[in-house]
Amino acid sequence: MKVTKDLVAASATPMVLGILADGESYGYAILKRINELSAGELDWTEGLLYPLLHRLERLGHVESSWQTVPGERRRKYYRITTSGLAELAEQRRQWDTVVNALREIWVGPGDVRRSAIPLADPA
Amino acid sequence: MTAADSHDGLEAQFAQWRQYVQRRPELQRSDTEELEDHLRGSVDELVAAGLRADEAFLVAVKRLGGLDDLSREFAREHSDRLWKQLVLTGGADDPATDNRSRRDLLAMITCAAGAAVSIKVPELFGMTLEQDAAFYGPNFALFALPWLAAFLAWRRQARPALIGVLVALFALGAVAANVYPLADDSQSLVLTSIHLPIALWFVVGLAYVADDLRSSRRRMDFIRFTGECFVYFVLIALGGGVLIAFTIGTFEAIGIESEGFVSQWLVPCGVVAAVVVAGWLVEAKQSVVENIAPVLTRLFTPLFTAALLAFLVALTWTSTGINVEREALILFDLLLVVVLGLLLYSISARDPLVPPGLFDTLQLALVVSALVIDVLVLREITERITEYGTTPNKAAALGENVILLANLAWSAWLMLGFVRRRAPFAALERWQTGYLPVYAGWAWIVVLVFPPLFNYL
Repeated sequence: MKVTKDLVAASATPMVLGILADGESYGYAILKRINELSAGELDWTEGLLYPLLHRLERLGHVESSWQTVPGERRRKYYRITTSGLAELAEQRRQWDTVVNALREIWVGPGDVRRSAIPLADPA
Repeated sequence: MTAADSHDGLEAQFAQWRQYVQRRPELQRSDTEELEDHLRGSVDELVAAGLRADEAFLVAVKRLGGLDDLSREFAREHSDRLWKQLVLTGGADDPATDNRSRRDLLAMITCAAGAAVSIKVPELFGMTLEQDAAFYGPNFALFALPWLAAFLAWRRQARPALIGVLVALFALGAVAANVYPLADDSQSLVLTSIHLPIALWFVVGLAYVADDLRSSRRRMDFIRFTGECFVYFVLIALGGGVLIAFTIGTFEAIGIESEGFVSQWLVPCGVVAAVVVAGWLVEAKQSVVENIAPVLTRLFTPLFTAALLAFLVALTWTSTGINVEREALILFDLLLVVVLGLLLYSISARDPLVPPGLFDTLQLALVVSALVIDVLVLREITERITEYGTTPNKAAALGENVILLANLAWSAWLMLGFVRRRAPFAALERWQTGYLPVYAGWAWIVVLVFPPLFNYL
């Protein structure tokens, strides 16, 4: 099972902000972290990640700095800002609403099997 | 294969990849660096997993996905990058270019300031713009063009010999403008005021091509430079008009008269400085912004062709003949200049290797109809001159007409050969660039020889 493109795009911002909330990081590490967290189910590309990071930087949610890492390589690190933290909180509130509503629908109180959608993948 | 070999090979592959990626306008240097770091991270991990360096590189690049998709995603966030922005100073990716453009800017400001100051210098000797029009008229170009030539010569690091020639020619221009005893209302004074700027513009051209005077390509570059310079100058002039309107209006609102300042300082200093600024803009934006003159040419060639053909049809229909006054001759001179301009600027933007198309035929029609009209006019004019004798004005206008006619007639012949696929397009280009000295020569003749020839009339 692969998550659809639309859903990946919609969840991209809170995911990146959430990872950066744990501490500054750089593109490759963020991508790896997302892969780990989703066990490879989220199909993230570089074409999604880097423009997103640049957009968040333009909006002021993250800030970046070039640092030299061992091995004489320059690497662009991203750090979340206060406005980014506020945005993360807001996104989180919205996602909680969505997730709670879905949970209510799929597993209603007292009626676990009301949903016609199979919860487990038959494959 | 040793580890060092494999390391060098990998670096070479990275360098190649970098070059490839940097060609994308959507991806800037910093993006390339960021993506390269990503790629290296990916390669390191694959090598650690047991792949050989070159294999790891291939896999990592493959994982990065198609460059087209990647740049499309980048373009969505950075759509401004697809609009070619003219970065004048700072913000450029490359520190070397940045440094150079900053030095250019400084040189331009120096030259523009020099021009603005120089036009006020004659006031120290009691000259004023209002009363000494007979001095400022022919001399005006001498306050602007030498500064532009100086900027260009500095930028191209011209040889001392060339600088000597430039100085000598500008001095000659100053002599021509001031030595002859011309009355304030003489025709020759007006002629000099019109032709000296043209003659001096070709001196600027000398500074522009600097390194390679005989090269047809460089001369074509100068033609492009002239067109763009003109377009920029007009744009600056429009902006200047707005500035003047606001200056006068706002100061009037608080009861201060600013007309004197505007006409004595803002306009004269602004105009001469704008010439230098326009030249600098063209140099700075050369490869950044699309040339505008050829775009205008494309737009107006069909319209002018239609207008000229309609005029010819109307002329034969009514059979009244052309009413040839002195103004009419100048009007038809200007018409030939416009047609020549349309021809020149479409040549300047054309790929010489593209086979002839509809537009070339259209252009041939434009040139031929202009020629037919001009021959009709010329016939009338020569009759007039043989009847009433000649004046400097008539001689100059007639000379120009003949020069333009000769150019367009041969151009039409070459274009016909090109449209019929008998001659290469380059022949037309060479003809036009080779003809440039003729215009310069004629302008100098009018300025230097005409006044004594016509007894300072």
